[in-house]
Amino acid sequence: MKSKQEFLGGYRRMVAIRRLEEKSAELYQQGKIGGFLHLYIGQEAVAVGMAAAITKRDHVITAYRDHGVAYSVGMPAKIILAEMLGKATGCSGGKGGSMHLVDPKLNFWGGHAIVGSHLPLAAGIATSLQYQKLDGVVVCMFGDGATNIGYFHEALNLSKVWKLPVVWLCENNSYGMGTAVDRASAVHSMCQKAEGYGMANACVDGMDLEAVYNGVSNAAAQARSGAGPFFLEVQTYRFRGHSMGDPERYRTAEEIKHWQDGDPITALRKAIVAKHKGTEAELDALDREVDDEVAAAVQFAEESPEPADAALWQHVYSESPNGRA
Amino acid sequence: MATLTVREALSQALWEEMEANSKIILLGEEIGVWGGTYAVTRGFHEHFGAERVRDTPISESAIVGAAIGAAMTGLRPVAELMTINFAFSAFDMIVNQAAKLHYMFNGQVNLPLIIRTPSGGGRQLGATHSQTPDAIFAHFPGLRVVAPATPRDSKGMLKQALRQNDPVLFIENATLYQQRGDVPDGDLTVPLDKSVMAREGKDVTLVTYSKMYYATMKAAEQLAVAGIQAEVIDLRCLRPLDMAPVVESVKKTNRAVVVEEGWMSYGVGAEVSARLHSECFDYLDAPVKRVAQSEVPLPYNQRLEQMALPDQEKIVRAAKEVLYV
Repeated sequence: MKSKQEFLGGYRRMVAIRRLEEKSAELYQQGKIGGFLHLYIGQEAVAVGMAAAITKRDHVITAYRDHGVAYSVGMPAKIILAEMLGKATGCSGGKGGSMHLVDPKLNFWGGHAIVGSHLPLAAGIATSLQYQKLDGVVVCMFGDGATNIGYFHEALNLSKVWKLPVVWLCENNSYGMGTAVDRASAVHSMCQKAEGYGMANACVDGMDLEAVYNGVSNAAAQARSGAGPFFLEVQTYRFRGHSMGDPERYRTAEEIKHWQDGDPITALRKAIVAKHKGTEAELDALDREVDDEVAAAVQFAEESPEPADAALWQHVYSESPNGRA
Repeated sequence: MATLTVREALSQALWEEMEANSKIILLGEEIGVWGGTYAVTRGFHEHFGAERVRDTPISESAIVGAAIGAAMTGLRPVAELMTINFAFSAFDMIVNQAAKLHYMFNGQVNLPLIIRTPSGGGRQLGATHSQTPDAIFAHFPGLRVVAPATPRDSKGMLKQALRQNDPVLFIENATLYQQRGDVPDGDLTVPLDKSVMAREGKDVTLVTYSKMYYATMKAAEQLAVAGIQAEVIDLRCLRPLDMAPVVESVKKTNRAVVVEEGWMSYGVGAEVSARLHSECFDYLDAPVKRVAQSEVPLPYNQRLEQMALPDQEKIVRAAKEVLYV
């Protein structure tokens, strides 16, 4: 990520995620999105920087805070919104919902809502790449909260023993739901946990697109080289609650304000003007493009049909037409 | 036709399919260098190599999770869990991931993976190592649960499982590995959704599967001496459950006993009995009876353990009870 064009592209994607999430919150409040909704606002630089640093040969898997990740790896906003609205045109025909976005064609394997459960799956995808001698890596994203569950330790250990091509990308946003890292984790540096497995690791600023890009580029290069897994801690912050039902009783307004002063989108805007000769007019034009894209996506999702009744019984099993058993 | 043990039949099935399909890999504890706790994979590590026959750490979640990830991305992994009692350590992976992802991702992801594991008690291993929790796993749509009894079915069903695209919990029984039986030569497959009549009779239907098949067949012989012609149905598959041969048989005999090694409450017998009552109530001349394990954690003491387990005598008694003789 060097050219002005690349930074403008990153800016556009980050703004698109921000607007998409703001719109999702609105649609949730209108009762058009059901279930839980976990917004990515504040963490945009992580997914966008990650996606810019990997190739089409690589694979991505993440947790339930997945809208921004799905958009970053190439899922159109309209498909994401349609899935959230439970429509037939969504990425899973409305059967997965907000927490389970997926598109195998993009090597994007979900969207997993049991905390930490996708870490062993990531090890398996990496096993598949290693066994088939494919030149790809798996980027597995998870929060700081997931480092306290057994899956994390089983998966990290296995990946190191088998020298699997995985980038373990820990989005440390300081809270597992409402419990702060220092109330939940015996060590406060996530990298220290990787040290326990003798794993190469680094920690970067997750509010800085370029820092994330460089961190993931380096991590992916090492994992691709056959040296085994790499652990990358990214320090970030979610500006909104854990989900839409968060009473926000566990952190102060000052703390939120402090992080919002370092808003990754504002910071990137300034950097583009200061370092890459971008103009406010160029950036404003991108903002307007994004507004149009999100408005069209909302329209598409709202106008899309509901899944047919028959969908209820489809895909329980792969080879039984009505799925009954 | 050859006479094989269940162990040899399973081993042949794996070997033949692995020779034919390089996408098949094995993973589990002690399956490689050791040769398998029950020696099913003896010689595999030497022949197929460490890349295909992968010894794992003692990490049941990672074993099943890695198998899921590998299956999602094109391999056909066979995960071995040393006993079904350890499957509880991987319960989330089996029921929340393997059983769900195909449906939740709307058929975009196939999970052609097999989890092989021995079930059952009777070997003085104490309460934690002696369970028969087969019915618990059969509760979950999306998972196929099979439990063959004979060498023929063991081979044919394992080969079939390796050629289809759904996750299969392949339940073996530790006391059956030395069981001998005829196995047809050549390529043998047996469906994963068909119960079978194992012995013809007209007076009472005995429904069973896995290890209890043998005690039930002996009970049928004993009943024959007393002039009672018992028909025996071997379910072979718990999900999907094929009730057709059971219903057909009960329409003829008008009486049924369901025999399982696990506990009675919420078990296989409960399911089969409920379905008989709703599918052929008018044909029943007696309430369906269940023979199952006493509802205690299995004790170590040999005499006490045997008291708790179902056996030939208990089956004969139940059959006579439904015949009111």
